[in-house]
Amino acid sequence: MNSKGANNTDRILRVDNLGKRFNGLVAVDSVSFTVRTGECFGLLGPNGAGKTSTIRMMYGFSPPTSGTVSILGLDISTQWRRIRARIGICQQDNTLDPDLTVFQNLLIFAGYFHIPRQLASERAEELLQFFALDKKREAKVGELSGGLARRLTLARALINDPELIILDEPTTGLDPQSRHLLWERLHALRARGKTFILTTHYMEEAAQLCDRLVIMDHGRILVEGTPASLIDEHVGHSIIEIASPEREELRQFLRGHQVDYDELADRFIIYSNGDLAIEQALREGFCSRQCTFRSATLEDVFLRLTGRELRE
Amino acid sequence: MLAFTNLSWRFLTVWRRNLVVYRKIWKVNFLVPLLEPAFYILAFGLGFQGLIEGLSYAGQPMAYTRFMAPALIAISIMYNSFFETTYASFVRMYYQKTFDGMMATPLSLEEIILAEIVWSATKATAAALIMAVVLGLFGFVAFPQGLLLLPLAFLGGLAFGSVGMFFTGFTPSIDMFNLPIFLFITPMFLFSGTFFPTAGLPVWAQHAAYAFPLYHLVELTRFCCLGLSETNPWASLAYLFCFALIFLVVGLMAMRRRLIK
Repeated sequence: MNSKGANNTDRILRVDNLGKRFNGLVAVDSVSFTVRTGECFGLLGPNGAGKTSTIRMMYGFSPPTSGTVSILGLDISTQWRRIRARIGICQQDNTLDPDLTVFQNLLIFAGYFHIPRQLASERAEELLQFFALDKKREAKVGELSGGLARRLTLARALINDPELIILDEPTTGLDPQSRHLLWERLHALRARGKTFILTTHYMEEAAQLCDRLVIMDHGRILVEGTPASLIDEHVGHSIIEIASPEREELRQFLRGHQVDYDELADRFIIYSNGDLAIEQALREGFCSRQCTFRSATLEDVFLRLTGRELRE
Repeated sequence: MLAFTNLSWRFLTVWRRNLVVYRKIWKVNFLVPLLEPAFYILAFGLGFQGLIEGLSYAGQPMAYTRFMAPALIAISIMYNSFFETTYASFVRMYYQKTFDGMMATPLSLEEIILAEIVWSATKATAAALIMAVVLGLFGFVAFPQGLLLLPLAFLGGLAFGSVGMFFTGFTPSIDMFNLPIFLFITPMFLFSGTFFPTAGLPVWAQHAAYAFPLYHLVELTRFCCLGLSETNPWASLAYLFCFALIFLVVGLMAMRRRLIK
């Protein structure tokens, strides 16, 4: 679907040198990226990295301090109304209307888009089916579980049949069943040609859903690429974790063989990158206690780039 | 900075949302304006009237209940609109994040806030209508000029709804609304010629009362109900109109400052 020779028209979103300061504090520091039509683009980063600030500027909720955002070829600062009519936003907070029923939430929201009643009603029915919410039609929003509420939020974000859908942590706090159902629905929507921008704290989710992603920290983009290329580039194919080893000896061995590693309080994480000879030597020399050989994941990339210390 | 280009008729969709919610509990919403004037008239008429003699308003002697009844409508207009844009709007803004959700649609913040204020005026008008009917049955509202109460209630609702929204733009927490209520609403409730004519007050207090928007609203409701007023009704109308307009603008500005970050 995506042609290699990417021209201007297949970029649905363009963020250029976007910056945001709050009272002198830099939340987003000159961020640039583009998203192609039909792709799922991930925006990852620890808490406070500037993801939500970036997203809020993208849909015109918060005015940028510097830089520009253009969506569907329109500038958000002047044509935000036309842009918002064509995109769907699933905010991080639950912003469902607790004074209304499930069905009314969809209908009233459609009203904000000036979608004709008949069409709104048809779409609402369809979306309730699609997200398996039809049994909860007349339920009050306050009575919904976390998973149901999130499904309704996503259904609501689709009421205007958007071309681009922005999802800010859509699966945070959901049980595995709800999360899998949501993933399945996102895949189905992708098959219909929708474009997604997604933030998440689950690296497994990002690796599975995103075609391309950026990892942000301290308001900047650290890296950009496909999940596989990022793993390949930053942590290699394979990883060995050795619990409570002979520290000094292991250090010397790894330095001697020029192998990358991270030293944690209770273990070493060694980026062996599929080097069989090194792996064999480690297995024989240092694996007297617990030793894990595994493939590298996006989570390893993330932790390597953003560090392991707590943020909040 | 206030962007007037951000205002369009789209605000009516938010107004409609509030109407849908209001209609869900319309029986409760109607009960208060239905019973409140009846309680007041009974309490003051039966319990209080005998103690008060020789009351005159605008040079006319009259029964105490007849004097007080129109003020009940004015107070109800004030309470309905002010409480709507303070407590109720604050809950929607802060706890329910309803405005955040709306900001993901082609609505502007200005339209959302304008809709809240216009809605508060609508609610005040509905309450005034019910009260006028009840007080009309007691014989305290002269028709047809009593019908003027409706557009007046809407204007009064805009004035108090706007000033309420102005406070909502600043208040750090919902409990802090006690402050404007204690310092602004309660003194007005007592000293705006509501329960006794301002003519009985010292001159400085009379002048202070002229500054209260409720004083002018009471004057105008009395004009609608009795055909009498102490001040020129056009002056009161002009005052209310300007008050509403100014606080509509500063209310929108305060909310923009609070929410757009």
